[in-house]
Amino acid sequence: MSAPAKGSGFAWVGRSIRRVEDPALLMGRGRFTADLPATYRVRFVRSSVAAGEIKKITAPDNAIVFTAADLSAVKPIAPVLHKFGYVPVAQPVLASGFVRFVGEPVAAAVALSEAGAEDIADGVSVDIGEAVPVIDARSAIEDGAPLVHPQVTRNVIVEGKMETPGFAAAQSGAHRVVAVEVRSRRQNATPIEARAGHAVFDPVSARVTLTCTTQMPHLMRTAIADLIGMPESELRVIAPDVGGGFGQKMSLVPEYVVLVWLARKLRSSVAWTEDRRENLIASFHSRDQYVRLQGAFDSDAKFVALSAEVIANVGAYSCYPTTCAVEPLMAMAELPGPYDVQAYACIARGVLTNTCPMAPYRGVSRPVITMALERLMDVAAAQFGLEPVEIRRRNLIDKFPYTSATGLVFDEATYRQTLDMASEALDVPAFRRRQQQERSQGHYLGIGFATFSERTGYGTPAFAARGMGVTPGWETVELTMDPSGYIELRIGASPHGQGLRTTLAQLVADELGLSPDRIKVVHGDTDRTPYGWGTFASRSLVIAGGASVLAARKVRAKLKKIASRLLEAAADDIVLEDGVARVAGTDRAIPIEELARAAYHQIHLFKGEIDPAISETATYDPPGTFSNACHAGIVEVDPETGMVTIERFVVAEDAGRLVNPMIVDGQVIGGVAQGIGNALLEEIVYDDTGNILTATLADFLPPTSHEIPPIELLHLETLGGTTITQSKGLGEGGAIGAPAAILNAINDALTPFGVTINEMPATPQRIRAALREAGKKRA
Amino acid sequence: MSERSEIKLTINGQTYSIRVEPRRTLVDAIREDCGQTGTHIGCEHGVCGACTILVDGAPVRSCLMFAVQAEGKEIRTVESLANGEELNTLQRAFMEHHGLQCGFCTPGFLMLVTGVLEREHDISDEDLVDILSSNLCRCTGYQNIVKAVRAAANELRQRRTA
Repeated sequence: MSAPAKGSGFAWVGRSIRRVEDPALLMGRGRFTADLPATYRVRFVRSSVAAGEIKKITAPDNAIVFTAADLSAVKPIAPVLHKFGYVPVAQPVLASGFVRFVGEPVAAAVALSEAGAEDIADGVSVDIGEAVPVIDARSAIEDGAPLVHPQVTRNVIVEGKMETPGFAAAQSGAHRVVAVEVRSRRQNATPIEARAGHAVFDPVSARVTLTCTTQMPHLMRTAIADLIGMPESELRVIAPDVGGGFGQKMSLVPEYVVLVWLARKLRSSVAWTEDRRENLIASFHSRDQYVRLQGAFDSDAKFVALSAEVIANVGAYSCYPTTCAVEPLMAMAELPGPYDVQAYACIARGVLTNTCPMAPYRGVSRPVITMALERLMDVAAAQFGLEPVEIRRRNLIDKFPYTSATGLVFDEATYRQTLDMASEALDVPAFRRRQQQERSQGHYLGIGFATFSERTGYGTPAFAARGMGVTPGWETVELTMDPSGYIELRIGASPHGQGLRTTLAQLVADELGLSPDRIKVVHGDTDRTPYGWGTFASRSLVIAGGASVLAARKVRAKLKKIASRLLEAAADDIVLEDGVARVAGTDRAIPIEELARAAYHQIHLFKGEIDPAISETATYDPPGTFSNACHAGIVEVDPETGMVTIERFVVAEDAGRLVNPMIVDGQVIGGVAQGIGNALLEEIVYDDTGNILTATLADFLPPTSHEIPPIELLHLETLGGTTITQSKGLGEGGAIGAPAAILNAINDALTPFGVTINEMPATPQRIRAALREAGKKRA
Repeated sequence: MSERSEIKLTINGQTYSIRVEPRRTLVDAIREDCGQTGTHIGCEHGVCGACTILVDGAPVRSCLMFAVQAEGKEIRTVESLANGEELNTLQRAFMEHHGLQCGFCTPGFLMLVTGVLEREHDISDEDLVDILSSNLCRCTGYQNIVKAVRAAANELRQRRTA
């Protein structure tokens, strides 16, 4: 471990410079998809029943309405996975023959205004022969349960299974076996900008430009062109300013396929802006899981074996490109967490139900499995009579690289150090004394910890291990210095709030001795940027950042070569700093813009030794790295109302080199806030017939400024060698650790009542129900 | 229902003559009929506050008001805040304290706070957190928004007393 960037030779990396993104957004000049004018507006008619056969669709007279019959040439969305018994299922972009969840698009109503399209959609009648739906994942795998897709036996679309050699012996020889069973209810990522798409047909070029609020424009282009059967070159996809994504905007949206088809059909511009109800019922959901764990420990509370059963409710279809296997398979691969436990067995199933499809959401499965594993550690600690901090200290990995039971290689990190930092910040012994005193006053305080790893910045090998038909991972950038000496950096990543235009400019600035304001980052336009995978999985700063540094180093080498000729010095003696190329240790220097000008306009000077122009491409496909953190919180639970108040919340984290600490803190705090929402408030509720009871933001409750306490941040910067920039990703960690820490704190607070809360969100209703139940038992 | 009537809206000092149906919401009129797209739509049921604007100086959810109800009133939106290319105190504070990430909810927060600080110069920190709970942000976790607003409130207070 070494000190932060100060004095480490960086002029810009490590500094909290202000974001280049901000002024336009603050002045109302952001360009979001819904800001674009369009000739036609589209409203989707959606299924109001969870399962059934479409008998008849009747449209009002003279209305423009399209159904699956009109789009018969468009292929269905059918992503592929080559492993784990995955059974492909197909999702028509408009329901064809059958409907499988409430909210599934059935028809597209088109009019000259939004209100007009809504009027038409209201007049469309869809006659559906209702079938019995299956909503809960455990019910779905029972004998005789209705099948969501006939070819998927027992609704199990994917099943991962593994057992390490020696698992049974390790478990049976253990001193103590501890079991926990947790449940995560269904959640919605809820970006404040819901989905929106705008497609315009250009009659001259016969191309369509789709502007949409997506995290992966290049893959949208490939997928939509494939489904429609058009050359990819005839489609341009633009991700303009995107109002938050959190994973919900990384999957293929069937409505966008319909928009591109409509633009071609009508030879015009068409737009669709989803309303909040559509977002809550028909955009993607996540986190709907049951996790059952058994942890075996020796007499020193050393973790010796872990077995797990995961059931993930994946909804009615499989999302593209990750497939719906992403939650159960991520759970299986990462369940042992940051603990040294080599005996492991797991069965992880993805189960189809008549509910909205599941897709990645910040943390993907890890908020749930971390909650499960950290509950297990606390339950075990109680049985051994240990502090939660102590049992973690005994079991966290501390020798690196560490190869996990599932074959993941953990690079150097600071699991124990961050745990110690967080527990010292909360002063556990002092807290225990206060906890006792407060209990005697009728105040129930609890402390909770969560230690975890966050696998970030992983390239193709990690995705290939899942057997995906589409294997993402690498990123490519193009870096051009124009004759004026200014730089354009074109990237395939697609930021939407992360400030990547600022941080990538900082990285390149240091490689080239320039100020970041001379570097313009271009993203989110398939016509202007190299093919890439977009922004998700805490990858962009690591992978696009690494590629940017590689490209900048190529440009640096070329600039030095040019300078060496013009300054008549050896290239190795040239340094680039403060906007000039200088012969090291001398005052012989030349402005970088003159080098740029020479590369374009004076190339004859170099007698064929260099090629004209300055433009370099670089690709980075890293093995992946683990950032780490410990989250710790103190809560008070009111046993009368079941309300939970968070008194303090500490994050001690290590994501390697911090390129812009201000942006890092913003990512962590924002993630923790989502984790708090997940832990206490947010829940999509279905009734038994598959109708959603939480279709407004008055029912599905993201936290407000009231519910989020000040988050206290502590940083370490382990500078390892697994990434080019020595940075690790950290976009998801906030959301991964917070639910576990809060659930542990709630359970600690409720110890005197003998109550266990292993379900999130831990709403006042759930806490009160548990207290009532415990009261009955005692009475 | 769909009969259009002509109304005049005054937005940031400029008058727009538009023809709207009675059911046209104010936010749709501002964005689509008047072309001022800085005001955003997040939920259309009055919870998220992304569409917050000032109507006669008071913060209003423009998704919960009809355009025809705003005739004759003074409307202010996010486009009014900067002086040309120069950010105002509140906007600068949001930038300094990293009070925005994706920026979609930001215009609503800026207008909410503008309306409040114009009326209540000495609002307490606690009351500010209370006021800010009117609007939803999904990126920042609010902490930096609270910091930015406190800093702006202090700066404005100092300037007033100077």
